[in-house]
Amino acid sequence: MKLRNAFLAPTAILMAITMLAPLAIIMVYSLLTRGAYGGVELPWTIENFTRLWDPVYGIIFLRSFWIAAVATALCLVLGFPLAMFIARSGTRKNLYLSLVILPFWTSFLIRTYAWMFLLRDTGIINSVLQALHIIREPLPLLYNDGAVILGLVYGFLPFMVLPLYATLERLDPSLLEAAADLGARPWNTLVRVTLPLCAPGIRAGAILVFVPCLGTYLTSDLLGGSKTVLIGNLVQNQFTASRDWPFGAALSLALMAIAMVLLFSARRKGEELL
Amino acid sequence: MPPDTLLELRRLSKDFATQRAVDDVSLEIPRGAFFSLLGPSGCGKTTILRMIAGFETPSSGEVWLNGRRIDALPPYQRNVNTVFQSYALFPHLTVQGNVEFGLRHNKKNKKGSDDIIRVRDVLQQVRLEAKASRRPSELSGGERQRVALARAIVLQPDVLLLDEPLSALDPQLRKQVRGELRDLQRRVGVTFLFVTHDQEEALSMSDQIAVMNAGSLEQVGTPREIYERPRTRFVADFLGAMNWIGGIGVRPEAISICPEGRKATVTGVTYLGSFCHIAMALENGEAIQAQVAADAAFMPGQAVCVTWNPEDEVQVS
Repeated sequence: MKLRNAFLAPTAILMAITMLAPLAIIMVYSLLTRGAYGGVELPWTIENFTRLWDPVYGIIFLRSFWIAAVATALCLVLGFPLAMFIARSGTRKNLYLSLVILPFWTSFLIRTYAWMFLLRDTGIINSVLQALHIIREPLPLLYNDGAVILGLVYGFLPFMVLPLYATLERLDPSLLEAAADLGARPWNTLVRVTLPLCAPGIRAGAILVFVPCLGTYLTSDLLGGSKTVLIGNLVQNQFTASRDWPFGAALSLALMAIAMVLLFSARRKGEELL
Repeated sequence: MPPDTLLELRRLSKDFATQRAVDDVSLEIPRGAFFSLLGPSGCGKTTILRMIAGFETPSSGEVWLNGRRIDALPPYQRNVNTVFQSYALFPHLTVQGNVEFGLRHNKKNKKGSDDIIRVRDVLQQVRLEAKASRRPSELSGGERQRVALARAIVLQPDVLLLDEPLSALDPQLRKQVRGELRDLQRRVGVTFLFVTHDQEEALSMSDQIAVMNAGSLEQVGTPREIYERPRTRFVADFLGAMNWIGGIGVRPEAISICPEGRKATVTGVTYLGSFCHIAMALENGEAIQAQVAADAAFMPGQAVCVTWNPEDEVQVS
């Protein structure tokens, strides 16, 4: 064995154990019958997949896609100017980049709880607004789709900013000068030169944000309350309260399949995925 | 400004954080001319170009184009176009897309059938009709350079600014492109402001040359004036090899080796194909060089005599 491959082996083994094996288990479970107290039993069945066609689940899938799409779009709109700013800030680039990834130093769970403290009826925002007599009744900031989207955008914005920054940073400034030289106003330069040339970064960022948003359950659980059920929560439910492991397995496989179809259709001909 | 002046720089200066890049440059560029800014790298010539294009703001001074002051306008409002040193072609657009890019923003000409004809016409001028649907990455260096030219001249600018457009080409091609560029300029009649550090390029193509050194203008004149009557020692040396004999300049090609004249000793002979380069030392120890026919046979150590025509002497301030 070549030395190079020897060093690769631990990673390969780790991936096999932690990714492929659970995936195989999920596939097997999805074809079994639920046990009375959780777990799975024989006989084999495809009933877990046929149940997916129930419109109840279709609506949850659609809602999840919608929320993930809105969060991704917002990340792009907010992240692009930020990435552009960082790419053009010369020697302070590294400072700003470390500020972007600073939130990663704290657990995502704690940061999401922090949003609850900000948004709830007796939270900081409502208290301040009430104390200033701007509002009389607390605003319903928490436990709705808006709060979930806010939490997702907050959590995944860095995953959009970093790939965008990487492409913008490599963008040849003389191309922007050339566009201005040929009569393009700044807005036209953005639309006709900067954005098309950043397409790979936009795609990479969109994938990195959209996929985890699609499967989120923590954010929707904490900020969305009981009203916002997304696929992630549905899957989690099957393995906990509902004790229907086979159906939970089928749901997560369906989610994975749909996400992969979307990813590959987003890929342009002849281009790599990321 | 005089009636035939198209572009005028008035006491233009540019300060960067650590140095003054352009120092009080005043210049008049006649309409229709092939005008070169010549100087070593870092002499401020590119900065001047960038101030005319609008990428840099002058620290002081004015830029006038066609009787209109333009130094405060953004680049997209100036009727000048640039051929960048790196060409700066848009990699996501085809040759055609690159050439059409500026037409969409040109308010004088609403997009129409007129544009289609113009694009085709310009692509023909630069011999790229057959490659209109290629991407810049699929073109050779010379072709890219022609796309950059086509993209700019299709807009019919008052002045075309060229920032060392030949430096990325290999030497063989560079010589050929010189002639083509000169022909193109005559054909389209656009005023060219050509920035180069290559004195041969400037001499062979220009109607007029402005020689720059360390941010200042040294001399402006026709190629012949600049080469034969340099006003400063810097210009004399930068335009070509120069012997300085007792403070008087004589070009190596003006020196002949004859039976009579000032005594000298050959110190080195370099065969260069079409001629020979002879290095010599005068009796007082001053080193001089001469350019003689390739078949002349001289040996190092040989005693010779040198002479030159007083008309070829150059006196600088």
